[in-house]
Amino acid sequence: MAAAPAKGSPLMASRLSGTSLTLAYDQRVVATDLNVSIPDESFTVIIGPNACGKSTLLRALARMLKPKTGAVHLDGSVITSLPSKEVARRLGLLPQSSIVPDGITVADLVARGRYPHQRLMRQWSKADEKAVAEAMRATDVTELGDRIVDELSGGQRQRVWLAMALAQETPILLLDEPTTFLDISHQIEVLDLCADLHETGRTMVAVLHDLNQACRYATHLIVMRGGAIVAEGEPGDVVTPELVRQVFELRCEIIQDPQTGTPLIVPEARRRVTAPA
Amino acid sequence: MRPAEETAVPVAGTGEEAGAARDPGRRGRPAVLATGLVVGMAVLALVAMASVALGARGVSFGTVIDAFLAPDGSNDHTVIRELRVPRTLLGIGVGATLGLAGALMQSLTRNPLADPGLLGVNEGAALGVTLALGLFGLSDPAVYVWFAFGGAALTSVAVYALASSGRSGSSPVRLTLAGVAFGMVCTAIASAILRMDAQTFDRMRFWLTGSLAGQTADTLVRLAPFMAAGLVLGLMLARPLNTLALGDDAGKALGVGVNRTRILTGVAVTLLCGAATAAAGPLWFVGLIVPHAVRAVVGPDQRWVLPYSALAAPVLLLAADVAGRLIARPGEVQVGIVWAVIGAPIFIMLARRRRVAAL
Ligand SMILES: Nc1ncnc2c1ncn2[C@@H]1O[C@H](COP(=O)(O)OP(=O)(O)O)[C@@H](O)[C@H]1O
Ligand SMILES: [Mg+2]
Repeated sequence: MAAAPAKGSPLMASRLSGTSLTLAYDQRVVATDLNVSIPDESFTVIIGPNACGKSTLLRALARMLKPKTGAVHLDGSVITSLPSKEVARRLGLLPQSSIVPDGITVADLVARGRYPHQRLMRQWSKADEKAVAEAMRATDVTELGDRIVDELSGGQRQRVWLAMALAQETPILLLDEPTTFLDISHQIEVLDLCADLHETGRTMVAVLHDLNQACRYATHLIVMRGGAIVAEGEPGDVVTPELVRQVFELRCEIIQDPQTGTPLIVPEARRRVTAPA
Repeated sequence: MRPAEETAVPVAGTGEEAGAARDPGRRGRPAVLATGLVVGMAVLALVAMASVALGARGVSFGTVIDAFLAPDGSNDHTVIRELRVPRTLLGIGVGATLGLAGALMQSLTRNPLADPGLLGVNEGAALGVTLALGLFGLSDPAVYVWFAFGGAALTSVAVYALASSGRSGSSPVRLTLAGVAFGMVCTAIASAILRMDAQTFDRMRFWLTGSLAGQTADTLVRLAPFMAAGLVLGLMLARPLNTLALGDDAGKALGVGVNRTRILTGVAVTLLCGAATAAAGPLWFVGLIVPHAVRAVVGPDQRWVLPYSALAAPVLLLAADVAGRLIARPGEVQVGIVWAVIGAPIFIMLARRRRVAAL
């Protein structure tokens, strides 16, 4: 209740927002007239079925994709009007897929996250050193420092990428499916880490697939379908059986998460076995 | 060479020789690599001395020293001062230029086997020179240099425009495809011109196989500023290219101007390839093999790959040039041919051994 973002006026007090966005790849229009604002210091989670435009929205918010109409604003300025390095010091994005340079070590890859903080003449500072060490510790990859990234497991690699994004030290961090490739305990670890980062005052935005995890961690949930935002708000207010049926075409029951009290989605069984009362 | 085991244990090839150079503790690595650069410069100086001292014409070491300290206008002194020294300096310039251009190109296209020729830039430069010599009869290097640059620049612009047409913008794959296509067009036109005109063909024979001979100090002076500009610009791109190596989205998220970096890299490559091609003709393989081998030793950090490539290439190019002068005494084998003979097997070996993965 305490952290509830102001309802009704989503455009208020938001460092990052998009207005009247039309998002398209060449001729393929993914979203039209999309309005979105990321509440400051929220942990915003975006959910929705495959190919509904979650990554596209995230890419637009991070200036990877230029909207056909409308604009994304960061701190009151149109994001594309700001110098790219300046934006990169305020807003980070972990894309859904990245390229691992052949033969790069973990420590070197994480260090590349410091790019926006460096200049041609001032290359590697104490602050860089510290940020990299902290990012590696937070993601538990310190011991992997000298390993070649190519030779890691998918889960380890994902944590290395996360470390790279953390080393960027941005107050706003967008993560596209950060838990993909991770086993359940590492998923929880990464999400706990995101929650910690959120608690230290960062604005976190993540695309997640697991609805229950989304409900558990999000302070603000954005539900998308077919390129449009169909609902947003606190998970407890937003997630209903009707919404899940409408968005994911899944019949379900919603109970309380025994640990957190947040909504827990229980898909309807194919054949119902009535438990003995 | 151990062909059989290599295929059975795919990872071993990377681990072995690269691993030894890669793992002496991360802290110490920059120091080791920096020392390596200094050693490389010393080796370059040695090879350059050999290139001045050794040749088809046997000249004693004392005479070489005298040629610098007390030139007496004798034949030997003239050969050294007016032929070998410019040739050596040109070799250093062309080598550094091609090595760096290749490394930039491989990073830009994320293609570990990219070559300055891959984006059509060398072919464009060569077509420019062919036009100058063949159609306009301009045989003065001072003039056809400009045709080389013109050809290189026009192809780069055309390749970039073609690759970035359409809204999704340029990508390494589109750049490569457009480059290969334009390169073929340029080569086709150039061959057509050469077929039509036997005289031009004769004049261009040497140039077309790549040679450091026959260029005067004048050419060098004229080309040096372009080479220097290309080298400085290219070396300055190491960090943005490092960042862009993580993918377009990741690079952009980290604040790299993706298109700006691509264009600046293209400008650097045009300067480098235009100058090198004007000076020595199309020299294949140097820009392909050297950066590829360098990466195997120093790893994927462009801050090391670029300077090492710019240093290792002239060492090898000069060594090949000297070898070409010695093996066919009193005649000589052009450096382009020596390189093709040495380079092709190395290339095949590299292609076989390494996982030719994305950069
Ligand atoms: N680079 C691209 N070029 C063309 N279409 C794309 C591209 N990326 C995504 N799309 C399309 O845009 C739509 C939304 O994709 P995306 O935002 O990646 O979905 P998701 O919600 O799964 O992240 C999909 O129909 C997809 O096919
Ligand atoms: Mg996606």
